[in-house]
Amino acid sequence: MSTEVALPILIPLLSGVVSLLFWRQRLVQRFVAVAGTGSLLVSGLWLLSSVSEHGILVMQMGNWQAPFGISLVADLLGAIMVVMTGIIGFAVALYSLATTGRGHEAFGYFPLMHLLLAGVAGAFLTGDIFNLYVWFEVMLVASFALLILGGEKAQMEGAIKYVTLNLLSSVIFLSAVGLLYGLVGTLNMADIAQRLGQVEGNGMVDVLAVMFMVAFGIKAAAFPLFFWLPASYHTPPVAVSALFAGLLTKVGVYALFRVFTLIFNQNPDYTHEILLWGAGVTMLSGVLGATAQFEFRRILSFHIVSQIGYMILGLALFTPLAIIGGVFYIVHHIIVKTNLFLVSGFVNRLCGSYELKRLGGLYRSHPWLAVLFLIPALSLAGVPPLSGFFAKFIVIRAGIETEAYGVTFIALLVGLLTLYSMIKIWAEVFWKAPPETRKDEPEVAPIGQRELWQMYLPIVGLALCTLFIGLYGQPIYALAEASAEQLLDPTRYIEAVMGRSTGVTP
Amino acid sequence: MVRSGTLILSVAARLLMPLQLLFSVFLLLRGHDEPGGGFIAGLVAAGAFALYMFAYGTQATRAMLRVAPQDLIGMGLFLGVASTLPAWWHGQPFMTAQWWTIPLIGFTFSTPLIFDIGVYLVVLGSVLTAVVGLMDGGRDDG
Repeated sequence: MSTEVALPILIPLLSGVVSLLFWRQRLVQRFVAVAGTGSLLVSGLWLLSSVSEHGILVMQMGNWQAPFGISLVADLLGAIMVVMTGIIGFAVALYSLATTGRGHEAFGYFPLMHLLLAGVAGAFLTGDIFNLYVWFEVMLVASFALLILGGEKAQMEGAIKYVTLNLLSSVIFLSAVGLLYGLVGTLNMADIAQRLGQVEGNGMVDVLAVMFMVAFGIKAAAFPLFFWLPASYHTPPVAVSALFAGLLTKVGVYALFRVFTLIFNQNPDYTHEILLWGAGVTMLSGVLGATAQFEFRRILSFHIVSQIGYMILGLALFTPLAIIGGVFYIVHHIIVKTNLFLVSGFVNRLCGSYELKRLGGLYRSHPWLAVLFLIPALSLAGVPPLSGFFAKFIVIRAGIETEAYGVTFIALLVGLLTLYSMIKIWAEVFWKAPPETRKDEPEVAPIGQRELWQMYLPIVGLALCTLFIGLYGQPIYALAEASAEQLLDPTRYIEAVMGRSTGVTP
Repeated sequence: MVRSGTLILSVAARLLMPLQLLFSVFLLLRGHDEPGGGFIAGLVAAGAFALYMFAYGTQATRAMLRVAPQDLIGMGLFLGVASTLPAWWHGQPFMTAQWWTIPLIGFTFSTPLIFDIGVYLVVLGSVLTAVVGLMDGGRDDG
């Protein structure tokens, strides 16, 4: 029996429950946060090695056979995403030891963090479309609470936009699931894929495809409904921003990848054309939004939007190379973007501000931090030999091979503008002379040695991951290649879930 | 100490509360095969405590509960998650129902029941957390 399929969901659930039981003991909560996310990472790695060895793993929850019960399915893409969840969870848990104040911890920061991770891991592993909706909601409920942690006015304003657009997306998602169930009479994704192949010449399938595209597009912050993201991500405590930036939108992207390779692959000319131009406009509008911003975290938030475009572009081109590029891009982006947010929190801790014009001179006082910023920043812009270069290279090459020159041109242009944005931050925060301090500014508390290490450690770790992917990308590329192969051949997924021979029976 | 000021409510709360709690346990136990279950039973129990709270105030209710409502949520979630694990012991997928019959009284105990008790505690805890929060938040002096 493959225990490892369920462990990445159970571990964060259990750690969340334990830290809720000890909600008065701060030390226990902090210990459980690190231990729980650490074991999530280990279980993710176990799952990944097991999946790459044995192929797609399936567990029928409660021993109810598919398509009647809920199946947990781990294919390579799902397993890779779970590993990323573990890495980000672990890094953010370490980082939040230093940055989350006692007040936030008393309001249940750690239990909510575990719940969020459980929701994210659940969404990556479920093989049932309604269960996917449930995990989305688990994730959203936890993220709503995390977003307003502390209850400042700016947070409320951001949270209202966040909640409204995400609820809209949930409603569209749920109605699409209902209509889909009416059409094929099943909720198991493998079974849906099988039966939808038999429903021919039905315009309803295209309608459903577009509904899912809109629902997941909002969650992934794709054009045109991405406004909730830059409006809310710069408001919560920085560890929360980093967690959201790394994982939440990527769940939407993952759902797009899953649904548009497994279920809606009948009419790619129609749906993937929309995705293609959606991706192009998403890239462009995100990066243009970023150039107009002068607040550290807002710039980064807009860049999430533009980077989402590259991932969707990989899916939309729908060739093996493009899917490889998309998967590679997701892996690269999760690490880099979380790291940039962690650095922004560090800068805020040192100088007491996120506003670019009130920062400066950090290269002189903290040269290593400047280097640690430069690694993810240049990687985001796609400068060789960092991870972003290879991610962009694969996607753009796939674009040229399929002769989608317009979108490829946009992708290249956006890379240049990203570089501009990152250099803007570099010049303002690290290079220029520090601004004269005004009298009314509050003094920033001196930073302790222990706190310093708790913040440096995750940043250095993630930067090393970026360097590793860049300098030694072959194993990651091979993984992405194998997962793209699985994605483009849905029969393997269907057989693994539905077939008696390969299904895991006790 | 009578907080509500009306004699009828105070006396009725004292009489109704045990009945409501008994009824909630009844609903909880019959829930597996018949209408009922952890969720609705938890709501009924929360209603009982809320009635008591309206009559005697939050202090008296806290004293009677003995544990904080937040702890009830934690314990309930713990039972819920723990109930998925025994199947693992038997080498079956998670959440597979396990049944044990206690020989002398013929009572059948099962993991779905543990799960239901967990749901019961979570619902009770979350409703009470909300009600206590609202009643305490209404007064500034607490």
